[in-house]
Amino acid sequence: MRRDQGAGLALDSGHDSPAPNGQATLELDRRMTPSALRRGMDLHLQEIVITVVACGLVLFFTIDSPYFFTSANAAALASFIAPIAFFALAEVPILILGEIDLSVGEVYVLSPFLVEYLNSAGIPIWLGIVLALLISGAIGWINGLITVKLHIPSFITTLGMTFALEGIILIGSNGAPANPVGTGALVLWLGGGVWAEAYWAIAFVILLHFMLRRTSFGLHTVAVGGNSESARESGIKVDFVKIWCFVLCAFIGGLIGILDGYHIGSIDPDTPGLTFMFYGVAAAVIGGTALTGGRGTMIGASIGSIVLGILEDGFHVISVSSFAYDLILGIAILVAMILNVQIERATIRGAGHGSFARALDSIFGRRRKVPVRQ
Amino acid sequence: MSNVETKDRSDVEDVLRIEDISMSFGPVKALRSVDLHLRRGEILGLVGDNGAGKSTLVKILTGFYKPDHGRIFIEGKEVRLRSVQDAREQGIETVFQDLALVDELSVYHNLFLNREHTGGGWFRFLKNKSMRAAARQYLDDIAVDVPSIDVPVAKLSGGQRQAIAVARATQQKGIKILLLDEPLAAMGAKETSLIIKLVKSLCKQTDISVIVIDHNYTHLFEICDRVNVIQQGRVTLDKNLSEITLEALIELMVQSYRREISMSEPAPGVHSDVSIETNIDITVATRTYKDAQ
Repeated sequence: MRRDQGAGLALDSGHDSPAPNGQATLELDRRMTPSALRRGMDLHLQEIVITVVACGLVLFFTIDSPYFFTSANAAALASFIAPIAFFALAEVPILILGEIDLSVGEVYVLSPFLVEYLNSAGIPIWLGIVLALLISGAIGWINGLITVKLHIPSFITTLGMTFALEGIILIGSNGAPANPVGTGALVLWLGGGVWAEAYWAIAFVILLHFMLRRTSFGLHTVAVGGNSESARESGIKVDFVKIWCFVLCAFIGGLIGILDGYHIGSIDPDTPGLTFMFYGVAAAVIGGTALTGGRGTMIGASIGSIVLGILEDGFHVISVSSFAYDLILGIAILVAMILNVQIERATIRGAGHGSFARALDSIFGRRRKVPVRQ
Repeated sequence: MSNVETKDRSDVEDVLRIEDISMSFGPVKALRSVDLHLRRGEILGLVGDNGAGKSTLVKILTGFYKPDHGRIFIEGKEVRLRSVQDAREQGIETVFQDLALVDELSVYHNLFLNREHTGGGWFRFLKNKSMRAAARQYLDDIAVDVPSIDVPVAKLSGGQRQAIAVARATQQKGIKILLLDEPLAAMGAKETSLIIKLVKSLCKQTDISVIVIDHNYTHLFEICDRVNVIQQGRVTLDKNLSEITLEALIELMVQSYRREISMSEPAPGVHSDVSIETNIDITVATRTYKDAQ
């Protein structure tokens, strides 16, 4: 390379580094190419771990009690799992956005009462159900609008909504439980049948999984949750995505409220909606959803709710105090969250190759240096 | 300077022309009557200190800011850039400093973010296969190599991420002008040269015109056909690279920098209040001096 004589400035710094072949290719480190299987394991590590845990629990309870692995218990198991799964499914898109909806539990309590009020006002049951679902969605819309347009943290918005809805329910019902209105096939299909809730839950898992992974809206949800500034610069309507996730969440809350009302056969204004909602969040977190946003799957959340359902049902079957259930649930959430953070650090932020091994290392405590991306 | 090829494009039509653009933020005048033009297929470098107005100019062209005064012409037609969408429709694509990539998403989803291939009408189902094939094809065409288009972009190196961001901008249909806001910041020498080559080959292959902002003049001299210097909201120099040497440019920048430094340094023992006063005087003096030039 010719050097300009007399030029004391750093002229050659840029010229000394042409690619050896002279082409504009970014150099490829072949070691960074993971096999499809490895990549699948990297992406779904937490789902795999939690599935193993679920299988272990089934094995444990089956060995411990002859009643666990029976068809009678299967129905009980389904009615434990289905509501948790619905709450988890409702929360996953919101959690992916990095938000939370606390009020979905109270929407769940409210919606069967709405059907009853509308019915006593002379509106047919089917129309009452449709209207109740629309009102539920509208509550989500208000949550979303306040959060997005007025820049109130969703935790606060939905906390306020929770208490407001609780007040409305107590005023409307005068604090007295009621029986859900309707009879016949409609009721059987809407949760009255033994397996009805489970069928609805499975249908929604498939539907929502498809929505999140295979539609433009789902991709935009993950993009907004991952980096809302980037999403905005890409032209994604961030506010639109957020508001509709809140609508979807509240809509699902309203649906499960009606299903559960018919399933249980009575509706109680004192139902602890907040606790139910948090079971859903717990299931989502155990299934690999990050509360910081950007990560989460419907399948993971479903497996998480299966684990919680198995625990709750199993403790009943082997006659352990349900107090222990809360203890285990608490520990499970903490362990899952720690796993979540560790996996995130090891697989997503890692340099690329051997991230699965590094994730396992970080879980089991062997320290290896994880390169930090600049 | 064997690597520097500068083409004289003075006979080529302007793809972008900016006339008399001014913009203030309250009392701060970010741009004072800026004129600027960009020829088809040209790479124009914008040079200037922090706060000189480069970023404001880029944000006006991106549709983020509306200028207080002035006109913008694209291919001879006057346009108003009211929003980012407006700017896109006029064929202006921007690679921001933060790259606007979503770490969690795969390379091909990032490439097609908000322009996904979809089917199924209202439901907008993703056509992942078609996007993957198109991404592979496009990245091969422009010779960008990434380990896999399925990995999250978080796993890519800085240079690869930058290349993906550039590729995303340039694959848009109807792109005429590419704005690069410090594309080489925080990048190693090797990656820098690859990005420079990528941009140059893109310009050669297609008819895209590029505006590059960079603080590193050596890089700019490798990449650009022409440079404009912006100082205190004004274009103070507009030269083809054949007309100016790197040393002369650096000397020019260093001189004005030195002048400001030496004049604004408070004399020893002077109280700070006084030094602020002196500062103002000096700024005024500098401006008058420059106006006189």
